Amino acid sequence: MYKIVLAFRYLLKRRITYFAVAAVTLCVFIVVVVMTVMTGLVTDFKQKNLSFTGDCVVGTESLVGFTYYEDFISVLEKTDFVEAVSPVIKSYALLTPQGRDLNIGVEIMGIDPVRHSQVTGFGKTLYYRNDDASKAFAPNYDPNLLGCVLGIDLAMERDAKSGYPYEASPAKAAFSITCFPLTAKGALAKAGAGLINTQTFYYSDISHSGLARVDGSTVYLPFEQAQLLCGMAGPIKRASAIHIKFKPNIKLQAGREKVTSLWHRFRQEKAGEEQADLLATVTVQSWKDNRQAFIAAMEKEQTMMIVMFGFVGITTVFIVFVVFYMIISHKTKDIGILKSVGVSNVDIIELFSGFAFLVGLSGTCIGLLGGWLFLLKINRIENWLFEHFKYQLWDRTIYAIGDIPNQTDIRVLLVITGSAIAACLLGALVPAWQAATSMPVETLRANQL
Amino acid sequence: MSRDDFILKSEGIHKSYRMGATEVKVLKGVDLAVEKGEFLVIVGASGSGKSTLLHILGALDTPDKGTVRFEGRDLSRHSARELNRFRNKTVGFIFQFYHLLDELNVLENVFLPAMASKGVLGWIACRRRAKNRARELLTELGLLERANHKPYQLSGGERQRVAIGRALMNEPRLLLADEPTGNLDSTTGNGILDVFEKLNRAGQTIIMVTHDERIARKAGRIITLADGKIKN
Repeated sequence: MYKIVLAFRYLLKRRITYFAVAAVTLCVFIVVVVMTVMTGLVTDFKQKNLSFTGDCVVGTESLVGFTYYEDFISVLEKTDFVEAVSPVIKSYALLTPQGRDLNIGVEIMGIDPVRHSQVTGFGKTLYYRNDDASKAFAPNYDPNLLGCVLGIDLAMERDAKSGYPYEASPAKAAFSITCFPLTAKGALAKAGAGLINTQTFYYSDISHSGLARVDGSTVYLPFEQAQLLCGMAGPIKRASAIHIKFKPNIKLQAGREKVTSLWHRFRQEKAGEEQADLLATVTVQSWKDNRQAFIAAMEKEQTMMIVMFGFVGITTVFIVFVVFYMIISHKTKDIGILKSVGVSNVDIIELFSGFAFLVGLSGTCIGLLGGWLFLLKINRIENWLFEHFKYQLWDRTIYAIGDIPNQTDIRVLLVITGSAIAACLLGALVPAWQAATSMPVETLRANQL
Repeated sequence: MSRDDFILKSEGIHKSYRMGATEVKVLKGVDLAVEKGEFLVIVGASGSGKSTLLHILGALDTPDKGTVRFEGRDLSRHSARELNRFRNKTVGFIFQFYHLLDELNVLENVFLPAMASKGVLGWIACRRRAKNRARELLTELGLLERANHKPYQLSGGERQRVAIGRALMNEPRLLLADEPTGNLDSTTGNGILDVFEKLNRAGQTIIMVTHDERIARKAGRIITLADGKIKN
């Protein structure tokens, strides 16, 4: 009982203890804020990538594409684990706003907006037609014109606060899109004007996927038009990819394996048919594998953060160690007194470990509370900084996120709490051990001098 | 005198300390026997080893050589757990510099030995009894009105009386006092000695260390420690 009483008294009465509590508080506060923002960012980024890609992609990196995609779609649609599929044409093109002497290199994605919205979150990324994706390529100023959907960062520039100056309806604007059509052999097809295909499209909508690279370089076109532009609409039609959405009860990896198995069988069946060699370049990837190049960078940043905060944790252990060393050095008299009334070495270790636990617990509680309050108000604080000092903490153009993520994850909080208390116990262990193993008479004699 | 009449007996106690490269021999074969109910005072010059001997007798320190027997049982054969229990239940220490815990008030300092011997549940069970015992001791020592004060709010004499209360809390069979008046003025010191005399008259065995032979005259028996040995 005296251990609890004394541990509490040491916590409350010793001013130096406040430094240890402050060190733990600061550390916990920083880790909670940074880990929450970082974890929120990574989670959001992954979610946006999933929304952009769908669960699984059967596709090729080759600009030539692959053949018999419709046959494989039929195979997929007969299975019990696939909910929806969407063929996609992917290529590069030059975008020229009509009336302007300007060429912009863009990526084009030829899609069926309805099918693609069933597989991905495309429909929800539209600004004007997000309630009816079927009209995505029908400009509301003239639905008979051939429409195109522009990535939001291609369509408009952000304002000073990184917001978008949306208009009530899309302004009439025409764009020439020029592609280099390729034959099944990979040569330039002699179609259209010279060796290129050019088609005029009218701005019908904007897509805001939240992925900076996609929104800054992608133009969505009707599937058949894109197929024509890219030279993939020959007697044997080609596509770049098939995006797949699994049924809700299907696990990602299991679904991918099933698709891979079906694809291998399909390839064997098609072996020997015309242009079947193009199937060799096709891979089956889950959305994570497909977007790995982008996600990996973010995950590496997160890992770096964890490592860096691991060092912060080590620093905290060291601070706690120093503070406890000082506290226990000042408490040698108490240790001698306690031993003279029959307290054991283990009891001394328990006393100072309990003290360390209280320091860790109180520091963690204050840090968690402070971090939670800060996160709760982080967007308001950021707005205030911008309004008063024109200082923007969070660059939306880089992170492509509306608000700073502030949803705390209970698992992260538990790990931080456990780590902070463990750090305190670790920091107190050596001084407590030294105190416990000292001879009582030595400590009492030292205090008589 | 039979073996049972001696509460404490030491034979051939040797103790030395290393100070850098030099070994300082403090005790060079101390033989001592203390009877139950005796008030024994050990006198000697400063640095003669009186405090060291007292610490060894109370199991706060261990001798390099020799044995200390309490009620016939060799302390060196006690386990660490038994020694802790011995320091908690059997002996009570009073130090020259009082050695009270600043974080605890007077009452808490007095019942500390009772609290130290119990776990949380054990303490909850005996808390009321222990507090009553501590209050009784403070009443006897004239400090009840100071029960809720902190040690730094007390005078030297009051602090020493609190230390006496703490030493008596678990009703020890042996009271060891190391220069208990050494830090007090003569009037206050005499007050403390009166407390010891009263305790001794009630049957308490006391061993007190002092360098002041005038104070020593109040004891039943005086022995002198010089050159690491008992002279008379």
